Amino acid sequence: MHNFDFAKPSTIADAAKALAADGAQALSGGQTLIPTMKQRLAQPTVLVSLTGIKEMQGVCMGDGGLHVGAATPHAVVAKEARAHYPALADLAGGIGDPAVRSRGTIGGSIANNDPAACYPSAVLASGATVVTNKRKIAADDYFQGLFTTALEDGEFVTSVIFPIPQKAAYVKFNQPASRFALTGVFVAKFASGVRVAVTGAGNDGVFRWAEAERALSADFSASALSGLSVDPAGMISDLHGSAAYRANLVKVLTGRAVTAAG
Amino acid sequence: MTKVSMTVNGKAVSGEVEGRTLLSSFLREGLGLTGTHVGCDTSQCGACVVHVDGKPVKSCTVFAADVAGANVKTIEGMANPDGSLSVIQQAFQDHHGLQCGFCTPGMVMSSAALLAENPKPTEAEVRHYLDGNICRCTGYHNIVKAVMAASGQDVSALAAE
Amino acid sequence: MPKDTGIGASMKRREDVRFLTGRGVYTDDLALHGQTYAVFVRSTVAHGRIKSIDTSKAAAMPGVLAVFTGEDFKDVGGNPAGWLINSRDGTPMREPKRPVLAHGKVRHVGDAYAAVVAETYAQAKDAAEQLAADSVIEELPAIIDMKAAVADPSNRVHDEIPDNLCFDWGWIEDNRAAVDAAMKAAPHVVTLELVNNRLVPNAMEPRASIGEYNPGTGDYKLTTTSQNPHLTRLLVAAFVLGIPENKLTVVAPDVGGGFGSKIYHYGEEALVLAAAKKLARPVRWTAERSESFLTDAHGRDHVTKIELGCTKDGQILAIRTETLANVGAYLSNFSTATPTFLHGTLMAGPYKVPHVYVNVKTVFTNTAPVDAYRGAGRPEATFSLERVIDKMCRELNLDPFEVRRKNLLTPDQFPYTTPVGLVYDTGNYHATLDKAMQIADVAGFEKRAAESKKRGKLRGMGLSTWIEACGIAPSHLVGVLGSRVGLYDAATVRVNATGNISVMTGAHSHGQGHETVFAQIVAEKLGIPESSVEIVHGDTSKIPFGMGSYGSRSLAVCGTAMAKAVDKIIAKGKKIAAHMLEASEGDITFENGKFQVAGTDKAKTFGEIAFSAYVPHNYPLETLEPGLEETAFYDPANFTYPAGAYICEVEVDPDTGKVDVVAFHCADDFGNVMNPMVVEGQVHGGVGQGIGQALCEFTAYDENGQLLTGSYMDYPMPRAEDVPFYNVDYSCQTPCTHNPLGVKGCGEAGAIGSPPAVVNAVIDALHRGGHTHVTHIDMPVSPSRVWSAING
Repeated sequence: MHNFDFAKPSTIADAAKALAADGAQALSGGQTLIPTMKQRLAQPTVLVSLTGIKEMQGVCMGDGGLHVGAATPHAVVAKEARAHYPALADLAGGIGDPAVRSRGTIGGSIANNDPAACYPSAVLASGATVVTNKRKIAADDYFQGLFTTALEDGEFVTSVIFPIPQKAAYVKFNQPASRFALTGVFVAKFASGVRVAVTGAGNDGVFRWAEAERALSADFSASALSGLSVDPAGMISDLHGSAAYRANLVKVLTGRAVTAAG
Repeated sequence: MTKVSMTVNGKAVSGEVEGRTLLSSFLREGLGLTGTHVGCDTSQCGACVVHVDGKPVKSCTVFAADVAGANVKTIEGMANPDGSLSVIQQAFQDHHGLQCGFCTPGMVMSSAALLAENPKPTEAEVRHYLDGNICRCTGYHNIVKAVMAASGQDVSALAAE
Repeated sequence: MPKDTGIGASMKRREDVRFLTGRGVYTDDLALHGQTYAVFVRSTVAHGRIKSIDTSKAAAMPGVLAVFTGEDFKDVGGNPAGWLINSRDGTPMREPKRPVLAHGKVRHVGDAYAAVVAETYAQAKDAAEQLAADSVIEELPAIIDMKAAVADPSNRVHDEIPDNLCFDWGWIEDNRAAVDAAMKAAPHVVTLELVNNRLVPNAMEPRASIGEYNPGTGDYKLTTTSQNPHLTRLLVAAFVLGIPENKLTVVAPDVGGGFGSKIYHYGEEALVLAAAKKLARPVRWTAERSESFLTDAHGRDHVTKIELGCTKDGQILAIRTETLANVGAYLSNFSTATPTFLHGTLMAGPYKVPHVYVNVKTVFTNTAPVDAYRGAGRPEATFSLERVIDKMCRELNLDPFEVRRKNLLTPDQFPYTTPVGLVYDTGNYHATLDKAMQIADVAGFEKRAAESKKRGKLRGMGLSTWIEACGIAPSHLVGVLGSRVGLYDAATVRVNATGNISVMTGAHSHGQGHETVFAQIVAEKLGIPESSVEIVHGDTSKIPFGMGSYGSRSLAVCGTAMAKAVDKIIAKGKKIAAHMLEASEGDITFENGKFQVAGTDKAKTFGEIAFSAYVPHNYPLETLEPGLEETAFYDPANFTYPAGAYICEVEVDPDTGKVDVVAFHCADDFGNVMNPMVVEGQVHGGVGQGIGQALCEFTAYDENGQLLTGSYMDYPMPRAEDVPFYNVDYSCQTPCTHNPLGVKGCGEAGAIGSPPAVVNAVIDALHRGGHTHVTHIDMPVSPSRVWSAING
């Protein structure tokens, strides 16, 4: 990879300053960015590590629900969110593999917004709030298509606030090589209704399955989905599964997530 | 070039690195610790797994500068102080959990991390935990067996289901 | 009572200690004074004409020491194919030159057309990037699909080869008419078209090479990731660079797996040597994994139509196959043997089939070269055969176990001459079938299936009975079959003055455990402890000669050479003992490490004899040379024929199409077993790779020849979660009749026998689930394919 200057600020303010430089890029756990840089597909001149910022670390209950620091590794979320939001802990504990979970962070995941990443489904299904160094963004406004988010230049995620649902579950079907989600479905049941977010399947990245949300809000059981179908037209088709196959997975996994949520 | 210092296998070390110097390169080329192997460039094979502050990490997917000050343990630091094989290493030998040896350092490091978290894992838990370590030789059978044996479980009946 | 030392003991591997402590030494682990780094410039198009390469900018970049292009190697030799195959009409195969660096044209994505050597890896990489930018390559239409390659003579991978055909081979051509007639007369004919999926070998250690040259002596040294350093030396010295063999040492240190992909000589090896000479400094190169995907020889890639003629009760009368086999852009060293003599000769399987005919057309495409990968040709034959037999059973509503039983050769039929040119020396195929059925608890299957059904899963059981030709050697046979080299092997047994032993073997261990197992054999034969025996391998300056390790040949061929050298040691020891004990040589016996005068208590230990050989104070110097070192070359009389029966059980999730292998049972006949633990490990690994081929692995090129599965992000490697524990039995043993150890080889069995067992099990599960319209699914039987088959 090309060389770059490495910076490791210890505060959000310093990180924001460092990221204002030309060619600067934020580095979280690096589990996606570093392989990308090895291929010379990303060539920052300054790489700003966010892993040394204490205020972006950790999981705690607070206003609006569970606050997860953006630089919190998946392994820590898997452990520390368990008591508060088990489905989120399950999701975090199933990302990649243990070594990836030691480094990879929620902030890095949702900033990159890979269409097959797990976290975006939890953020969207939970109706979470994405907190950045500049503002708060509702999940529904945050994800804007493949590898595209509402983040502006110099803006980075500092934490995510998850409202806690009454019931929730995430079910993932692995892409056999990368172990990313070929399709993953996060179902969250709130007093106000059910939210269903699907990752890995949609041509435009993570999306909410509105029909299923309506059906499940009326009857939170897998059988409530029986009459529904997913239109393959909006689904990804690739080496590992056709659009029709993914459309089927969306429905099957949604049902399984509902059952798992209990 | 900047200077980084860290503790590797209990010893304080330091060296000059570029921003792009990966931990795996620092260990292999900087410190001559070539037991940590690099088997892919997409952070999947796991041959390069080391422990950073007690956690398993793919050393090919972390910059040396980003773990300055950390406590790093590699395969070279896994044997008992008298040089004899540790329980996990011995279990790998006893149960033929390695063939060509290339993935082995990462397998041992991941297995050690598993047993630190979960002292008596089930077969399914072992297989799941090793999802990020690819072995092409063993079909995983004897690796799983070795890890379970290292946890003190009786593995004599495993082969025959 | 299991033995704990010597032949037949599950001795722990001595090599493990260095691997488990990080003290193994693989090629990339070596650091040499003054070393430099080579980076290759690789084609990003599948097919293109090199218009110009402007090296000036790259050459002037910081740290750059040398730049090479195809022009620099156009006058040296090419990397040859090791086997000459003739087409049906008697014409020899078309054999394009395979240069060190592509010259004139690039022929696959990854084809190296230039290289840069620099002080640091990063500098070389930067300069290679510049060189790529300064190269003009006119893209030509890519030839990817085999059928299209043969059909369109206007588009050529090699300009001089009009139809992209390497050869059109018939085996055995003289039998063709008789087979056609038998097929026509058969009461029932089953036809199956199938694909044997292209695989990337993926040894976990990427290929790496270091070239060195000493201008003071003219000596070259190549340290490289090779399964057979002598063959590499021969190819790079005699065929490519024109270096005298005696001036080139090839060392293969610890090698992290091969599976075939490290048999072959690759251009990078020649480049680092040539560059080392030019710079008089060591030049090193290590593949990035993405380079491995693009340039390691791939495996399999057959498209086959197989027909089977039979009676209505399942007696096989005739088999006929037509195969298109992909060789990729160039002929790799074994690439012409793999789809022919390692494939066609096995098409009778373990069955008594009177009529068999095999046609293979081997096709050039703009893809990476394709060559032997674990099993090499034999998995393709076995898959075709075992799948078509399974289809026959379904079409005729016959029991697959009974059909195998009816057609398997019986023990009284050996030696058996097959209609495809082999002579099976021994076997008991019914015994392995019975054993497999017993350990798999076939009788209890219905109960297990019912239990699976309760959980919403479809359970199925699949069988394969397989045979392979191993111990790849007999020079007289392979010579007839087109080999351009002999395939014997050699070993030197050096007894040191203090009685311990160094064995220099032509086998190369890259995971197989030779250092332990070979020592067990020598120790047992000489009645000394294993710890006194050191196995030396992988260095042409140390070992006499060797054709290396592949084709399950290490023990059967190299191990036999070693055993024969030990016999020579014993014979010489008897002569020395006779002199020392004042007895006649014929009266000396050797047992348990002692040379004894028969019927007396007069004896000398092995150590005393060794000492006497090196301190010959009391020694028959007038008739015997001092020293105790013997070399043997061994060229066997025949291949060996391991065989067995594999039973796989799967559960299919009908909603997602996901297949889980829930049980896998192997009953193998490897002849005598030297170290059961190591043998089991070899079977585990082979079955793991076979399940990988059956369920997940595939190699996809798009129509432009871009490799879509070029990293572990898209090439599905089996992980621990994807496989079960395997149940391995090797108690059925019919020792090989023509090697003194009675061994057959076990390295490839798992990869050969398992894929059809898995696919047969999946088809069985679907039929049991009522999806009887599914007659075949091509590998990999991935979730999406299974789901599509169910819903198709």
